[in-house]
Amino acid sequence: MSHMRRADLFELAALGAAVLLPLALQAMGEEFYIGFAARLLIFALAATSLNFVVGYGGMIAFGHAAFFGGGAYVVALAMQAELFAAWLVWPLAALGTALAALAIGALSLRTRGVYFIMITLAFAQMIYYTVISLKFAGGDDGLPLPQRSTLAPLDLADDRVLYWVALALLAAGLYALKRLAASRYGRALAGLRQNEARMEALGYPVARLKLVCFVAGAAVAGLAGALLANQNGLASPTQLYWTQSGMLLVMVILGGVGQRYGGVLGAIALLGLEEALGRVTEHSHFYVGFALLAVVLWAPRGLAGLLEPGKRRQ
Amino acid sequence: MSVLLDIAGLKRHFGGLWATNGVDLAVREGEIHALIGPNGAGKTTLIHLISGALAPDAGRILFDGADVARLPMHARVARGIARSHQITQVFPSLSLLENLRLAVQSRTRDWGSSFQFWRPASADFRMIEEAEDWLGRVGLAEQAGTPAKDVSHGEQRALELAMALATRPRLLLLDEPMAGMGPEESAHMARLIAALKGEQTVLLVEHDMDIVFRLADRVAVLVAGRIIVSDTPAAVRDHPEVRRAYLGDELP
Repeated sequence: MSHMRRADLFELAALGAAVLLPLALQAMGEEFYIGFAARLLIFALAATSLNFVVGYGGMIAFGHAAFFGGGAYVVALAMQAELFAAWLVWPLAALGTALAALAIGALSLRTRGVYFIMITLAFAQMIYYTVISLKFAGGDDGLPLPQRSTLAPLDLADDRVLYWVALALLAAGLYALKRLAASRYGRALAGLRQNEARMEALGYPVARLKLVCFVAGAAVAGLAGALLANQNGLASPTQLYWTQSGMLLVMVILGGVGQRYGGVLGAIALLGLEEALGRVTEHSHFYVGFALLAVVLWAPRGLAGLLEPGKRRQ
Repeated sequence: MSVLLDIAGLKRHFGGLWATNGVDLAVREGEIHALIGPNGAGKTTLIHLISGALAPDAGRILFDGADVARLPMHARVARGIARSHQITQVFPSLSLLENLRLAVQSRTRDWGSSFQFWRPASADFRMIEEAEDWLGRVGLAEQAGTPAKDVSHGEQRALELAMALATRPRLLLLDEPMAGMGPEESAHMARLIAALKGEQTVLLVEHDMDIVFRLADRVAVLVAGRIIVSDTPAAVRDHPEVRRAYLGDELP
């Protein structure tokens, strides 16, 4: 490890700072922001999972909320069945959303472009309307969690612990993304993004390559949803609604489509901006819209692209 | 020589137009078989049907004795049918080396599948070496690191040929490999194809009759969705129906 690149050092320093953040906030007497920071990390994980589908897999999916919200409902419903153990329920949330994505993806991936956007949106809305019509799922009000998941010996009821667990999962996800991008599978995805016809002519099983990407993205979104339910103390229908899919897409575009840190930077920028603007104006969405427009016009590779001048995505 | 590709009664229509209207064609192992015909005769449709980009309405495509007419494209590539496109199809932002590496990766499933998620692809030197080797064979070794979109049209076409060859096909389908090329680039491409003679079975669609009659072992003539003759260049040149189809003035 004697030849660590500057980017790696920067990454390590950022991780170190993120680990220490709750202690610093505590020292400053701003405990309230520990919960907010955990929320940022959870959205960063969800946005990163969508970025994998959109930016790495080249599929503009507009129904990611189905998986993000779906993971939350798995946790809430499992608690009604007296299942509290995170090591059991969280993987279950990921598995459940993966299975849903397998079905949705197998059908949606027959379409391209605008049709794919519309059909993923339609499936997600179908799930939303189904869930709010189910009494046992809490209908319009959602399902409150009686307590947080248990993860002995850790105490998730402590906001700091939940934050660190979210951080660990996000870091693991980002590391996996790095490995994935450089692997044979990642190179095949890079080829797919550029020329699907050529990949097919080279003998790649294009449909299967894309489906795997779609399902993996959904599974991680489900895991993020499980975390968010714990953070909110609620599995909420708004988390399934199309505006949530839109918000995740905005994060990806703001942060940088296909950039490894795109989802993270986008989540921090969007939620941070909303929080900061929310204190001075009631029209924060208006200004967020401006920020998005500015990024699309002047920084097409997003905030992550701005931080890495000269480095081009392949 | 044994027959590698044996097509019988192949049909495909688009609306009311039978683009392929009962094609019978045999391509023998090791030969360069040219496919010529007037514009709109259905040459590209036939290439699409053989490669799997289109499904036929009727007929069979025996490849090495097995009917592949209903197989998806990737399964046909796995059996050894590769193609280049009339309109260049490469990965524009990837380097020439990476373009070829992807072609090699597709073929070398025994070195690791494309569903390998963790190990870096660059750790496999065999793939890189083979990709470099193919680049050298088509004269592109020096531009290995250049993105495909930054090389000339002729070089992109040479790259596409190398990518098709890197899948080590038993049958190579070339759809107008010289399309849109200047005379110098065409000559280079003709040399590359000539170098395949005797080693690689090729079905070549080409408009340049000089090149067709110089390179091909046999020539098939497609008119209005049917093969009217498939024979040696000399026999085809003197065939009365061919003369009529070409109005007698295009053939050398």
